[in-house]
Amino acid sequence: MRHTITVSVENKFGVLARISGLFSARGYNISSLAVSETLDPEISCMTIVVDAKDEKILEQIKKQLNKLIDVISITDFTKREHVERELILAKVNHSLKDKAKLDNIVNSYVAKIVFSKNKTAIIEAVGEQDNIKKLLEELRRFTVVELIRTGKIAMAKGDTQDD
Amino acid sequence: MTGAQILIESLKREGVEVLFGYPGGQVLPIFDKLYDSDLKLILVRHEQAAAHAADGYSRATGKVGVCLATSGPGATNLTTGIATAYMDSIPMVAITGQVKSFLIGNDAFQEADVTGITRPITKHNYLVKDVKDLARIVREAFYVASTGRPGPVLIDIPSDVQMQDTEFIFPQEVQIRSYKPTYFGHPGQIKKAAKIISEARKPLLYIGGGVITSASSEVLLRFANKIQAPVTWTLMGIGAFPSDHELSLGMLGMHGTAYANHAIMEADVIIAVGARFDDRVTGRLDAFAPNAKIVHIDIDPSSISKNVAVHIPIVGDAKNILGALLEEIKKAPDTKEWLKIVDTYKKKHPLIYKDEGKIKPQYVIEQIDKITKGEAIITTEVGQNQMWAAQWYKYNNPRTFISSGGLGTMGFGLPAAMGAKVAFPDREVFDVAGDGSIQMNIQELATCVANKIHVKVAILNNGYLGMVRQWQELFYKRRYSHVGITSPDFVKLADSYGALGIRVTEKKDVTAAIEKAINTENTVLIDFRIEPEENVFPMVPAGEALNRMIEGLA
Repeated sequence: MRHTITVSVENKFGVLARISGLFSARGYNISSLAVSETLDPEISCMTIVVDAKDEKILEQIKKQLNKLIDVISITDFTKREHVERELILAKVNHSLKDKAKLDNIVNSYVAKIVFSKNKTAIIEAVGEQDNIKKLLEELRRFTVVELIRTGKIAMAKGDTQDD
Repeated sequence: MTGAQILIESLKREGVEVLFGYPGGQVLPIFDKLYDSDLKLILVRHEQAAAHAADGYSRATGKVGVCLATSGPGATNLTTGIATAYMDSIPMVAITGQVKSFLIGNDAFQEADVTGITRPITKHNYLVKDVKDLARIVREAFYVASTGRPGPVLIDIPSDVQMQDTEFIFPQEVQIRSYKPTYFGHPGQIKKAAKIISEARKPLLYIGGGVITSASSEVLLRFANKIQAPVTWTLMGIGAFPSDHELSLGMLGMHGTAYANHAIMEADVIIAVGARFDDRVTGRLDAFAPNAKIVHIDIDPSSISKNVAVHIPIVGDAKNILGALLEEIKKAPDTKEWLKIVDTYKKKHPLIYKDEGKIKPQYVIEQIDKITKGEAIITTEVGQNQMWAAQWYKYNNPRTFISSGGLGTMGFGLPAAMGAKVAFPDREVFDVAGDGSIQMNIQELATCVANKIHVKVAILNNGYLGMVRQWQELFYKRRYSHVGITSPDFVKLADSYGALGIRVTEKKDVTAAIEKAINTENTVLIDFRIEPEENVFPMVPAGEALNRMIEGLA
C-alpha cells in the first residue's frame, strides 16, 4: 500500500542523502519524493510516498526516520484528512485539427497550455494523483512525447501546523 | 586559534585523555598541534585498529573513545571499526582529515567522500566547512555519541579548515532541536508492566547491552531479587548480571545454554531490558517464546517491535525504568514452582564438554577464569573463540567482556584489548583469539610492545577458521571448503615484535603458561594447540526454534 508522509528536516547539505539512504539500505522503495524549503529557510519539507506492504513496515520507517539527528518531525497522512497535489508538465504532439479537442480536455481539468507552437503543446496540470492519472489517460489520444512529474506534496487539514 | 588547536582544546574539554590514530597528509596540522599538547596519541599500525582500540577503551570505561585518521585510505580503513561500534551502540568519535575544502569533489589525491561512506554506519556525521563551526560540532558530536542510544559520530575536517584562524568559543550547552532522547518511561506503561509482572507465574528477565550502557546492573540485581525471576543475557549483556548468582541462566540464543533457551520458550512474561531480539538470540521468530507476554524496555523506539511483537513497550533509560518498576511492583510474583522447573533444566542440560584428548578450548578458558579469579577484562575475536569465551569464563561485573556482537568483526579482539588496557593498565586484559582472527590485526602487537600495553593473547589454535568449519561439518557434509588456515610460528612472531611467545601443546602445561603470561611484564601471546575439530555446543541451527538445539554430547 502507498503511504504519504512528510518529513521536516534541517535544511543542510547531505540530509536528503541521509533520508534516501535510510530507505535504500532497508530495501523500501520511494515512489515519489518532493523537497523544498519551508517558511523557515532553516527547515526543509520532504513529501515522501512510499510502498509499504504493511503497517509494521510503515511504523519502522517512521521510527527510523525519527532516529536521524536532522529529522525534526514526521507527519503520516495515512489516517488523517489532508490535501494532496502533484504538478505535471506534459509535452503533447497533436494534429492541427485535434487542437480544439486538446483545448477541451485541458479546460476540463485544473490544467493549462503553457507553451504551444505548431503541432506541439506543453500542458501544465495540478491535482490529486487520481485526477492527474485520468488526465494522462485522456492525453494518450494524442502523442505524449515527454512527461515530467513533481511527485506528490501533501498538507494536513486543520488550522495549525500540528492539526 | 587555528582549527587544529580548537579541535585539541575541545577534545580536552570533553575529557579526552587518549586517542588512537595514524598520521597522514590531511591531518598534519592536527598532528603538529598534538606535538605540543598533553593529549596522548597511541600510534597504531593500521587505522582499523585505531577504531577498535577506541571502541575497546569505550566499552571498558563507558567514556567516549576517540580515533583519528587521515583522509581517503586512512578514513576508509576506519570504517570496519566504525560499523562495529555502530552495531553495538558504542559511543565513539572518529575524526578524519579531508582534502582542502576547495578540492572536495575534484577527485583530489587521497580524497574519499567519507561522510557519504560512513552515513549508514554512524549515528551522525559532520563535514566541517567553516572553522567557526568546529567547536560546536565537536561538542555536538560527543553529546550525540554518548546520549540516547549511543553510537559512533564522525567529524570530517578539511585540512585548510584545520589551519584557519578563528576565536575559540566552546559552547556550554548543546542545542539540537530535533534530538531529544527519552529517558523516563511512560508511567501508564510502567503501571501496566508492573501488573503483568506481579501476576506472572513464569517471569524471565532477558537482558542486553543496554543494561551495561545505562549502568543499570545494580538496580537490575535488586529487581531480579525482588521478583525472583531467572535472568538470561545476550552476548552484549554478558557481565551485566553476576553469572554466579542463583538466578543466572547464562547466555541464551544460538550458542546459549540449553537451560536458558528452554526457559525462554516456557516463560509466561519476558522482561526484555536493553536487548533488541537479534536473530542470533531469537532463533526462528514465529516459534520464539510462544507463551510469553513481552515487556520491552529500550531507549531506542525503533528497536521495539522490530523483530518480535511486544505487548508493553517502555521507551527510556533502563536504570530509570527498572527503578520505577521496583517502586511500582507491590506484590512480587510467586515463582517457587517456576524456579524449580528452571532448576531441572539446569540439571538436565548443563553446559559441558568432554575433557579428553588434546587441549580443549573450554578448559583453557576455564583456567584463565580460575587464575584471573574472574576479574580480568576479556576481549575476543570472532568465531568459536568468542563463543567459548562467552560460555566458560564467569563474568560477574559489567564491562569485563568486550566483544564484537552485532557486526561479528574478526580482528577486533587485539586492538580492543589494547584500548581496554590503556584505560586500565593495572588490570589483567586477555584477548581470547582464534588463529584465523588474530591474523587480521596481528600487526598491533607492535603497538602493544612500543607503548608497553601489556595485553595477553590466548590463541585457541586449531588450524581452522573454526566456526566456519563447524558449519561445514554440520550443514555441508564435512566439505571443508577453504577453512584450513596456516599460521606463522606465533612464538617466533611474538619474539620478532619484542613480545613473549609461549607455545602449549599439552594440557598439563596450560595453567603454567597462563601464570607465566600474567607474571611477565610484557605483551604475551600464548599459542594453545587445541583439539582441531572441537565444536561449540549447544547450537541452535540458524532458522530453527530456540529449543531445537544440537547439544553435542549424547
